[in-house]
Amino acid sequence: MAAYGRDGRPVLEVTDLVKTYGEGETAVHALAGVSLVVEPGDYVAIMGSSGSGKSTLMNILGCLDVPTSGTYRLDGVDVSELNESQLALVRNRRIGFVFQSFNLIARTSALANVELPLAYAGVSRAERRERALAALDMVGLANRADHDPNQLSGGQQQRVAVARALVSRPALLLADEPTGNLDSRSTRDVLGILDGLNAQGRTIVLITHEDEVAEHAHRTIRLVDGQIVTDERRRSIDRQAVAV
Amino acid sequence: MSVFEVFGFALRGVAANKLRSGLTVLGILIGVAAVILLVAVGNGSAKQVEDSLAALGTNTLTVQGGRGGDTGYRTDLTLDIVKALQDRDSAPDVKSVSPVVSSSQTLTFGDASYDVNSVIGTYPSYFSASNSVVERGSGFTEEDVDQAARVVVLGPTTAEELFGTVDPVGQRVGIGGQIFSVIGVLAKKGSTGFNDPDDVAIAPLPAVQRALTGYGPVSSITIEAVNADAVAAAKAEITSILNAKMHVADGASSTPYQIRDASQLLETRTATAETFTVLLGAVAGISLVVGGIGITNIMMVSVTERTREIGIRKALGAPRRIILTQFLIEATLLSLAGGGLGVAAALIGANFEIVGIKPVIMPDSVALALGVCVAIGLFFGSYPASRAAGLRPIDALRYE
Repeated sequence: MAAYGRDGRPVLEVTDLVKTYGEGETAVHALAGVSLVVEPGDYVAIMGSSGSGKSTLMNILGCLDVPTSGTYRLDGVDVSELNESQLALVRNRRIGFVFQSFNLIARTSALANVELPLAYAGVSRAERRERALAALDMVGLANRADHDPNQLSGGQQQRVAVARALVSRPALLLADEPTGNLDSRSTRDVLGILDGLNAQGRTIVLITHEDEVAEHAHRTIRLVDGQIVTDERRRSIDRQAVAV
Repeated sequence: MSVFEVFGFALRGVAANKLRSGLTVLGILIGVAAVILLVAVGNGSAKQVEDSLAALGTNTLTVQGGRGGDTGYRTDLTLDIVKALQDRDSAPDVKSVSPVVSSSQTLTFGDASYDVNSVIGTYPSYFSASNSVVERGSGFTEEDVDQAARVVVLGPTTAEELFGTVDPVGQRVGIGGQIFSVIGVLAKKGSTGFNDPDDVAIAPLPAVQRALTGYGPVSSITIEAVNADAVAAAKAEITSILNAKMHVADGASSTPYQIRDASQLLETRTATAETFTVLLGAVAGISLVVGGIGITNIMMVSVTERTREIGIRKALGAPRRIILTQFLIEATLLSLAGGGLGVAAALIGANFEIVGIKPVIMPDSVALALGVCVAIGLFFGSYPASRAAGLRPIDALRYE
């Protein structure tokens, strides 16, 4: 599958990323020159205290925000040169986003929520339904497909969000504090799903401030004041899974 | 992604807040119903005026005197002038000439009394000229005029007011203290809105002059042309006779008399009714615009409230175009629903009489109101929609 990262190219490659809010003396440097390469199949945890710039980095990686300077290549494409509608396409096809606050659309069934990225991608109704059900099945919620978000527990909602993030077979799964609003049992469920996805060869970048969560990743990057201070790898990338 | 699916999103968006959507729809509903119904009322009143004026006769001309324009000679409308107008040779297009004197009088019958709008003294030809049909009894004759017979024909309103259920024919009524015999009752003509043509008492001219008004000049002369096409020719003939009789110089800027024909009257009245319709339509149009501003307001609130949802949709890759379409469809749905219900309400409302007028729906106003509705939806929805579509995903997602 092409979307998993082509030809061993890095999924994600940022060089000297700077993000500044405000101007002149009151300017805040949220990111002060971050360079980072993520290979296909990697499982990266970005850690840092509040104000360290990790959310800013996440938003830029997710193409929700643009950097002040620096380049960002996603799956070999320089996204800093893309216009609004091309960025929408990148968000839709190459990135799966999991938010801390789930961000499911209210009064819309779990199935319809998962189908949404496919709907925007122009996938036919029948295929969309099939793929959305498969994704829900993968997170163990196929039997909750017709429930509205307010009929689901927090853990279930986040699992629906994970299903929605991976239904479009993105090159990169971004998770912004995915367990931040969950109890310990739901946290285990969701992290279990992410681990499983990575074992199947998905590239995952997650943001967290909890060590237990970061332990699931193969590589941990620490940000302080908008700069990477440590970048340690605990496990190598499972090349075999990536090749599948 | 097909339009139908965006339509589905929009439908869910509208249904998500039923009360708010309902109130917005109500605003448009009232606007549209008001436009259609008020225009229909104006139109209905115009129709009514037309109908009642047509009932008064379209080939009659009325000469009114005493309009100044001093010629140095007598300019009153006298029986001498009436005779001149009756001359077949100089006025071949004139069928009949009826001098009219009229005055307001109190009619009495037994203990009952009634102030009749006008007691008219005239010739028998007046009945046909004024489209007055004698329904019961009979009209008076030339002979009655010659003998100044004290007989009277009552309008239906007058008859009913004075006699109630009693048959008036053959009864004796007091008119201004003089006794007249009722010989007939006219058929109903219907109101013209301003005065009631059925509230009259018609008697032979000399009888009215002798008993009530005295032998002065007549108040007007009603002339019937031989047919509707001859009205203009008749008017020209009358003009030349009157000018000769009253010694009006050729090309004088004003004449001591005025000739009015029914079509002229019709035009004036119809023009008045049309102005009325436009006025009503304008007032109603304002309420439609207010309803439209209501849509903008609701869409703004909706966009603000759903900023996060917009952010999520954008994060999932919704193109700007789809967000724009979704919100535009939402606004248009609201205004169309309001428009449709407004048309329905107006159609139902048009079955009832409103201030005595039967509304007549103008198909144009329905099409216009619906068209304006869609336009309002698109126009007033476009600002909030483009605001929603233009939001940067990160700003939308951060919005609390």
